[in-house]
Amino acid sequence: MMSAETQTATKTMNMIEAINSAMDVMLERDPNMVVMGEDVGFFGGVFRATAGLQKKHGKTRVFDTPINECGIIGVAVGMGAYGLRPVPEIQFADYIYPGLDQLVSEAARLRYRSAADFICPMTVRTPFGGGIFGGQTHSQSPESIMTHICGVKTVIPSNPYDAKGLLIAAIEDNDPVVFLEPKRIYNGPFSGYYDRPVEPWSKHDASAVPEDYYRIELGKAATVRAGEALTILVYGTMVHVTKTIVEEMGIDAEIIDLRTLLPLDIDAIETSVKKTGRCLIIHEATRTSGFGAELAALVQERCFYHLEAPVERVTGFDTPYPHSLEWAYFPGPVRIATALTKILKD
Amino acid sequence: MPETPQRPASNLPPLSLHIPEPRYRPGDTPDFGDIEVPAVEATPRPSEATKPDAMRELSYGLVRVLDFDGQAKGQWDPKLSPERLRTMLRYMMLTRAFDDRMFRAQRQGKTSFYMKCTGEEATSVASTMAIDRGDMCFPSYRQQGILIARDYPLIQMMNQIYSNRGDHLMGRQLPIMYSAPEHGFFSVSGNLATQYPQAVGWAMASASKGDSRIATVWCGEGSSAEGDFHSALTFATVYNAPVIFNVVNNQWAISSFSGFAGGERTTFAARAVGYGIAGLRIDGNDPLAVYAATQWAADRARTNNGPTLIEHFTYRSEGHSTSDDPSAYRPADEATAWPLGDPIARLRQHLETLGEWDAERHEAQARELDELVKTTQKQSEKLGILGHGMHQPFETMFDDVFEELPWHLKEQCAQMLAEQEAKFGPNWKPE
Repeated sequence: MMSAETQTATKTMNMIEAINSAMDVMLERDPNMVVMGEDVGFFGGVFRATAGLQKKHGKTRVFDTPINECGIIGVAVGMGAYGLRPVPEIQFADYIYPGLDQLVSEAARLRYRSAADFICPMTVRTPFGGGIFGGQTHSQSPESIMTHICGVKTVIPSNPYDAKGLLIAAIEDNDPVVFLEPKRIYNGPFSGYYDRPVEPWSKHDASAVPEDYYRIELGKAATVRAGEALTILVYGTMVHVTKTIVEEMGIDAEIIDLRTLLPLDIDAIETSVKKTGRCLIIHEATRTSGFGAELAALVQERCFYHLEAPVERVTGFDTPYPHSLEWAYFPGPVRIATALTKILKD
Repeated sequence: MPETPQRPASNLPPLSLHIPEPRYRPGDTPDFGDIEVPAVEATPRPSEATKPDAMRELSYGLVRVLDFDGQAKGQWDPKLSPERLRTMLRYMMLTRAFDDRMFRAQRQGKTSFYMKCTGEEATSVASTMAIDRGDMCFPSYRQQGILIARDYPLIQMMNQIYSNRGDHLMGRQLPIMYSAPEHGFFSVSGNLATQYPQAVGWAMASASKGDSRIATVWCGEGSSAEGDFHSALTFATVYNAPVIFNVVNNQWAISSFSGFAGGERTTFAARAVGYGIAGLRIDGNDPLAVYAATQWAADRARTNNGPTLIEHFTYRSEGHSTSDDPSAYRPADEATAWPLGDPIARLRQHLETLGEWDAERHEAQARELDELVKTTQKQSEKLGILGHGMHQPFETMFDDVFEELPWHLKEQCAQMLAEQEAKFGPNWKPE
């Protein structure tokens, strides 16, 4: 899993610590990197992702901003034009919408419209997804809005090791990256059974994180579990939920953690689906025009004659994320098991 | 909603909704006699370090230098040399000559779109001359004067307007949306006021690096209504960013008069007051007032005294763009009725009053600049005009979406090239 370069001392980290470590390492390596966002400075962020960074790297490198996402992203675009490498945090992905024009029309288009006179080497970090009783404004999964923007890369890690390596690669990327952090699994992988105790990351292999610099190339999926019965395309929190259900049901599924949604690792998808002949797509986001629709279209375009069953999607419902009924919304064990039974029966 | 609004019984009149309406419509005789134009000497020039709340009245007044007899007076007179004044006049005249020719080129079908800045030349030319060459400009779409005042090659501007083979933006951008990093000119966006927070970010970066360069940014009074404008002012005041905000109040945003941006209630410079930023309302048709105010704001920014908002009170003499017909919504003679005159005529008068210029030299310079623009246009047109085949190679439309071409764009590029072959026959070759 690790390259020669990464065989340094490791430490047990949860997702937050791994993300913090990625920024710490990069602030050290690149004097042009800056971290900014609401509450990220002295306080260290509402999820603690930037804890200690201001104290270590100084107030002009890590600082609080006004509550103004248009300003946060717009200012970051200008900083990038100057030559800095901004890493703004949007406190919740649900808050990104006031900054969307700066992301869609400015950050994403700057290289194109100026023929690379100006670039935008910005990484927008933002926690997303539900399962924490966040209600409809602290639970959304806007990844398909991001992948629909041409000129932005979209990255979603599912464990501490990947989170650090991918975040470092995102920061070093010379194009804007939206780095969506599945907040339900910040402190431990989630089985999908909300009534069971949360297992800490320390019991998971991917919590052994090198303390130094390493990167995981963007655009490369990971095979979480090799198998023959079907291919499951998944990312973020749902990787762990899926793995739990597959193991419970004793299904020989091939689980592919996409890790980067754009650019997508189409080779990994194609190879796997052609091998298994069945494809299930799982995401937490709402169903209609979700990223699963894109995946389903790609799979049928490229693997149709290898398919033995219709491509299935397991998703959240097309409603806002309901506060008290969030587990009825969440694509949990029952919804996944039903889909698995159906796709394997066909 | 009930069909008849229900009101509690009272003797209050019903509520009424105010929809702003400009004073004059086509056919009316415009009269701007009530616009207050204070005497040139009436406006004091505070120190560049003055606290914003101690200079509030400057947000509601009108900084002027040139009186209507062509004399430079008062505390704001930047006392420029005749040579510098002649350079300023030349840049403004060149901007106007360029605009006239490119507007005609659009009418002749050589390009899709053009925007003139007639009557507003001072707001970009004089402003640019008052800052340092290394300072970064974040223009809106009507600041061609910045490029001209920084001696950007005219042919590059024309190549961009024609989206031709010489267009370094590869024919991707709407005409006039230039980008010129070597000339401190940020890529123009078609989305309004987005450059405002970006300029603040650039200025914050400069300050955080201990640089000496500042940023300057323009928008119209119409787009000062955008959220980005207010985001920018918030960030600028929070971080005391070294940035100059220019609001070019040319009275019109396409067909919407300044009242739809709040101009009926207060000045645009007064937006600064609530943010604790220095505000200056200036005669935007007075090139020396523009120069003086910009110089003041630049000195203020460069000495860590923070941002300034300058409202350039001016008038858009022509349509919004080649796609606009102003005769449909305002009187044709509003521009001539405008009480603050024309910036080129006023600077010419000033130079003549000083005995440093005359009609003969003026006419000769006008002819020379026309000729320069015409000759350059011919050179540019050799590289193609819009829609006549001499565009950039087809496959370049996929470049620069990302630094490297991902697989899906490679596939789409191959598809596009196959479409061209289907369209133009088997002997067609990608360029």
